[in-house]
Amino acid sequence: MNPFHYSRPTGVQEAVHLSSAASRFIAGGTNLLDLMKENISRPEHLIDITGLPLHDIQQTSSGGLLIGALVSNADLAWHPLIEQRYPLLSQAILAGASPQLRNMASTGGNLLQRTRCYYFYDATVPCNKREPGSGCPARTGLNRIHAILGASEQCVATHPSDMCVALAALAARVHVEGRGGARIIEFADFHRLPGDTPQRDNLLADDELITAVELPADNLASHSNYLKIRDRASYAFALVSVAAALELDGDRIIDARLALGGVAHKPWRDRAVEAGLIGQVVSRETFSQAADALLQDAEPLEHNGFKIKLARRGIIRALSDAAVAGERP
Amino acid sequence: MSATPNGAAAQPFVSHSIRLSLNGQDRQLDVLPWTTLLDLLREQLDLVGSKKGCDHGQCGACTVLRDGKRINACLTLAVMCDGAELTTIEGLADGDQLHPMQQAFIKHDAFQCGYCTPGQICSAVGLANEGRAHDTAQIQELMSGNLCRCGAYSNIRAAIEEVLEGKP
Repeated sequence: MNPFHYSRPTGVQEAVHLSSAASRFIAGGTNLLDLMKENISRPEHLIDITGLPLHDIQQTSSGGLLIGALVSNADLAWHPLIEQRYPLLSQAILAGASPQLRNMASTGGNLLQRTRCYYFYDATVPCNKREPGSGCPARTGLNRIHAILGASEQCVATHPSDMCVALAALAARVHVEGRGGARIIEFADFHRLPGDTPQRDNLLADDELITAVELPADNLASHSNYLKIRDRASYAFALVSVAAALELDGDRIIDARLALGGVAHKPWRDRAVEAGLIGQVVSRETFSQAADALLQDAEPLEHNGFKIKLARRGIIRALSDAAVAGERP
Repeated sequence: MSATPNGAAAQPFVSHSIRLSLNGQDRQLDVLPWTTLLDLLREQLDLVGSKKGCDHGQCGACTVLRDGKRINACLTLAVMCDGAELTTIEGLADGDQLHPMQQAFIKHDAFQCGYCTPGQICSAVGLANEGRAHDTAQIQELMSGNLCRCGAYSNIRAAIEEVLEGKP
């Protein structure tokens, strides 16, 4: 780890005014400190934001929730209002990391996790995300864990978060604040596809800080399911994960949400596929068609072709389990 | 402590004073910003019960309790523990009276080489504090952040089950 300066501001504007291109905000530190130990990230200045007043979960006037950026992953997953109204989010968070890491990791930091592509993590090899223009060894190397959707010639990395897949499906909104003021970013727009600039994971500017994540009111709580498929039963990143949520009137689908993790540079949500589910009757055939539509543009690399079949089956299973979730004892 | 202004790179690096409660004792310490809690414990305070296994938050051998919650000391900056109440394996016993989790680990022979044990026990105490493990499967899932390369998992699980069942 390189030497760095340390500050602990107590207000959001103080924090964003301390920031620079060479600084990083730190809260849980579970990913940032790991990257710093590997010399992947070498900030000159860490701005400790844990003293900012962003630790609460509040109800919004429109019936949703506003989650402070510093709420830990564990506190969020086990919060009574999240368990009752957004069980999909609880389930996704608890599917990720370990209890220790969930106690440390923050809501805002979870959104800013960097890929676990092993070439990105190995400073001795090229990587367009780490060193723009240096090349992508994953494209022709070991790419079993890499993207099947939305990748580019420059980058085939995937976003590692489980929580973000649920937040995408729940149409969350990211509240950010910078020196120029505050803005709100729709979750679907927050993370980027790699394109020609894979070094940028999201739309945040250097001086911008995530202050909260907003969940809109919905009627999806009785029929949701997060399915995570990985190489071992616990404490591993997803090969493929599926966040599925339905609002049903009898057997008929009123609202549908479907997002995938482990398959792209960002949580993968396809609104056209969701729209195609609305009005349909719950059936394996309906869900099978949705899976085919969502994956029609999937492109395998040499070692990850299995992910397409895995995702197809995962989508059908997650939607089927979501459809009956509220009917379980 | 004062905030560091922009353009801080030209300034000398400085240590920061922190106060914390460590195993029941109030401590005031000067730490450099890049010192992890694990290195502070092991290298500066001679509390070597917490182990440096992977140093990347993957093995759990460094698990300690911060304000009653289990964390990985290797991914925690000491400077960010200002005001915290920390408990390490050295602070679990009450004098000569072992913590019930320590006693249960001995009774069930829940270790072989012992390297992961301090982290396992601190993690298990954190698990008990959380109150979320109600059956064997939940104990297994919620102990997944602690690896045991000797494979003492079945005895570790039995020790934890006994302590959880003994709770009122």
